[in-house]
Amino acid sequence: MKYSYFPGCSLERNALAYHHSSLAIAKPLGMEFVEVDDWNCCGATEYVSLNLTASYALIARNLALAAKNPAAAQLVAPCSACYLNLRKCDHYMATSPELAEKVNTALGAGGLAYKAGTLKVRHLLDVIVSDVGCAAVAAQVTRPLKGLRVVPYYGCMVVRPELGAAFDGLEQPTTLDRLLQALGAEVVPFSLKAACCGGHMTQISEATGFEMIRRLVKDATDGRADLIAALCPMCQLNLDAFQGPMNKFFKTDYHMPVLYFTQLVGLAFGLDAKSLGIGSELVDARGALAKIGIAAPAAGPETPKKPPKRDDKSLPMPRMSGA
Amino acid sequence: MTATATQEGTQSFLRRVVAATPGDCRLELCIQCGTCGGSCPSGADMDHTPRALFALINAGLRDEVLRSNTPWYCVSCYYCTARCPQEVHITDIMYTLKRIAVYEKVYDDSTAPDFSKTFIFWVENYGRAFELGLMGVHMLRHNPFGAFKIAGMGTGMLSRHRMAFTPTRIKGMNGLKAILRKAKKLERSV
Repeated sequence: MKYSYFPGCSLERNALAYHHSSLAIAKPLGMEFVEVDDWNCCGATEYVSLNLTASYALIARNLALAAKNPAAAQLVAPCSACYLNLRKCDHYMATSPELAEKVNTALGAGGLAYKAGTLKVRHLLDVIVSDVGCAAVAAQVTRPLKGLRVVPYYGCMVVRPELGAAFDGLEQPTTLDRLLQALGAEVVPFSLKAACCGGHMTQISEATGFEMIRRLVKDATDGRADLIAALCPMCQLNLDAFQGPMNKFFKTDYHMPVLYFTQLVGLAFGLDAKSLGIGSELVDARGALAKIGIAAPAAGPETPKKPPKRDDKSLPMPRMSGA
Repeated sequence: MTATATQEGTQSFLRRVVAATPGDCRLELCIQCGTCGGSCPSGADMDHTPRALFALINAGLRDEVLRSNTPWYCVSCYYCTARCPQEVHITDIMYTLKRIAVYEKVYDDSTAPDFSKTFIFWVENYGRAFELGLMGVHMLRHNPFGAFKIAGMGTGMLSRHRMAFTPTRIKGMNGLKAILRKAKKLERSV
């Protein structure tokens, strides 16, 4: 099946592994992605905090560009924030004619227009589980993730708000659970599966942001998980890249790798770990993957260790590095 | 505070918030049950729970509402919205309150609005978000020592090619700029 594909800014860089692994599994799953030409940022949660009409016009430009391709009436976004913003824009343009008119007047200044309902905005997870189906996924598995204990972590924006048509439960979703089971993984019961990762909070208030990360990492650790499966670049960034600063903040020592669910699908399909972007995570996933016999590439160059502090009894002499 | 309430009129602030929120946000249907605050993952750090904030809006206490850190501590997880028995669009209302506070230049803590502004600077000028620029500018402004604390993470991201040194510019930047200029003109004065 053919889909319009909206990668979003995160997938261009910090979540490049998500982008690569999504494209890598598309073919075996019989999906064709056509990237929206010259798409722009969805504004995340920031633009709508400053200007309503401009933020919706920013999102609508993407809808208008995607709608130019009539062969793909379904727009797929792997990022939960992009998915929600695109869906919300379409929803509010349908239910608020005043907003729709303003947005279209603004789009007109750039020679574009969008009619609400033209596109159906879907999340990548929904497309894989609902359109392809878990049975079809299971049929492609050549290397079952047997024995790997995985936390199915959804985060918020993929399941909430309902906006008339949520594809899964708002608080206890099951799509990712079923997908991971189809891969042969052992799904860890996780009561915080749809809890928030904290979003941009690490940049606003460390105490608030790190606490939200800590809860998730602690619960996953308590559940004896080998790793967390994420489906949103913000969740992955918070749980993976900020796990170190969080550990420092609370003086804890958690080590919980976080991979994208598409990377796990790719591994189960027998694809090469490196081509799936494995090794770009900051919390090393090699130990977890070695458990099921997958040799993953080294997680990037190690950060150089600080030289040992000088012996207090010695004179303060300059030290050669590595001495 | 009483002066503000009289100036604004008890109902007009409520009406203004409702009018500035897209769709039917159902704010006036709040029954003060507190499910929102009880569901909020960052509620403990807020000046007011959403319920308390809505009571203040209803009472027309505009300044107290706009000075509250509550909307800025909202993480947009939509738990409150999903659980509200009256189906009030709580998260959307938090966005509205942020916009009004920015427009009226009434907020005590400038970290959060500044973060949004810095984020948007790159979007308005390049069409795409730029993480290194965002974090760099934001940290220099608000948390210069914090940069050292997360230096390890930053080098980790850069060495794994997860952060770009330069922003990407979309082809249709002129068109996007024209769209956003027009949209801003159309925005009523919230």
